[in-house]
Amino acid sequence: MRETTTRTAWTTATIAEIDRPDGRLTRLRLDVADRQQALPGQHYVVRLRAPDGYTAQRSYSIASDPADPLVELMVERMPDGEVSGHLHDVAEVGDVLEVRGPLGGWFTWSGETTAVAIGGGSGIVPIVSMLRYAARTGRADRLRVVAVGRTLDELPYAEELLAAGAFVALTRENLGSRVAAPPYPEEVRDLVDLPTPAEAAYVCGSVGFASFATRVLGEAGMRASAIRVEQFGATG
Amino acid sequence: MPVTRGFTGKRRAEAAGRSDRLPPGQYDTGGQWPTLTAEVTPHLDPEQWSITVDGLVGTPRTWSWRELHALPGDTYAGDIHCVTTWSRFDTTFSGVSVDTLLAAAGPLPEAAYVMAHATTGYTTNLPLDDVRGGKAWVVWEADGKPLSDEHGGPVRLLVPHLYFWKSAKWVTRLELMAQDRPGFWESNGYHDRGDPWLEQRYQGDP
Repeated sequence: MRETTTRTAWTTATIAEIDRPDGRLTRLRLDVADRQQALPGQHYVVRLRAPDGYTAQRSYSIASDPADPLVELMVERMPDGEVSGHLHDVAEVGDVLEVRGPLGGWFTWSGETTAVAIGGGSGIVPIVSMLRYAARTGRADRLRVVAVGRTLDELPYAEELLAAGAFVALTRENLGSRVAAPPYPEEVRDLVDLPTPAEAAYVCGSVGFASFATRVLGEAGMRASAIRVEQFGATG
Repeated sequence: MPVTRGFTGKRRAEAAGRSDRLPPGQYDTGGQWPTLTAEVTPHLDPEQWSITVDGLVGTPRTWSWRELHALPGDTYAGDIHCVTTWSRFDTTFSGVSVDTLLAAAGPLPEAAYVMAHATTGYTTNLPLDDVRGGKAWVVWEADGKPLSDEHGGPVRLLVPHLYFWKSAKWVTRLELMAQDRPGFWESNGYHDRGDPWLEQRYQGDP
């Protein structure tokens, strides 16, 4: 385990860009004051403050390359989500948010290992950061990505993932000649094994997805101790 | 810090009604129980599992699953708080008090901290005073049912007055120490103590 103790303070971030690629996703590009260097895979906490001081906060993975002048977050709207709902329905360019980060010293990858990364749904977001970092630093051959979504429209960054050579598995619609299905162990094994065996694996997604993906990785020959997991429930 | 334009707070009504039970920055999951882990969820055979109390103790002790169940049982009913900002009210856990295990092992006077170790290699550090005096349990039941794998079954540590990452899943060893040293999340940016009422989420929080 690496010692990456961080001492990060609350700061402010101004929304520089915002768009809603579909009905559930909000892509925020933030200009963060006193920004600290991030590692691919880390997250920020976003805190909203009402006039009387009431606050609500949630964690969101970073999608951007650490070298990006802005911090990009892709926020999935949760049912009745207090923070995601505000970001989806109310937030505009120029709004100022409180943020804290980057946080999380475990689910990170900076190219030191050859790795397989599997993301389900919005769990692909931190892996997009890894992928962008890998592309910029000439390490694309060290990171193999499996992106799993229900449909191409529902998978964040689907076009970018396909263009970068990620293996995309859709569970509710066919993609090219691939019939709708979760990734098969043999499909994952090909990525774990080739061209040299992956030294580490990253899994990000819902609890059920993380359980599925770690099982498939195990069947593909990945040691459990080499798998790092980031999972989330429906936490608004 | 700036007020967020247009934000009034959806959950303030429920927060207001239960403000005495909801630590700052937390929200009520309404009975849901999200799970968080950094590792592959193991499936442990209780017959192969044991728990050891060692380090700075007079007599290092190990209990098998059956031996643990033969100890006087204890129950916690109350709230739990996760650093990812959810709180779950009114969960009942059954197991044994950590006091019972410590009494058998006999902490040495210089023991001041505990490192909880899980079968997966996960660790978390706690002040010894946070796991004695009726504040911590080793539990195998939640709400009357066996603890599931994803919630740390068959057995987890329960320290409900601290953020829930301190309640190590799949616990197998309590190591008493004179000096504090960081566990898994504590080495990765999280607080050494983790009191939700003081909002000690990350390293450096007062």
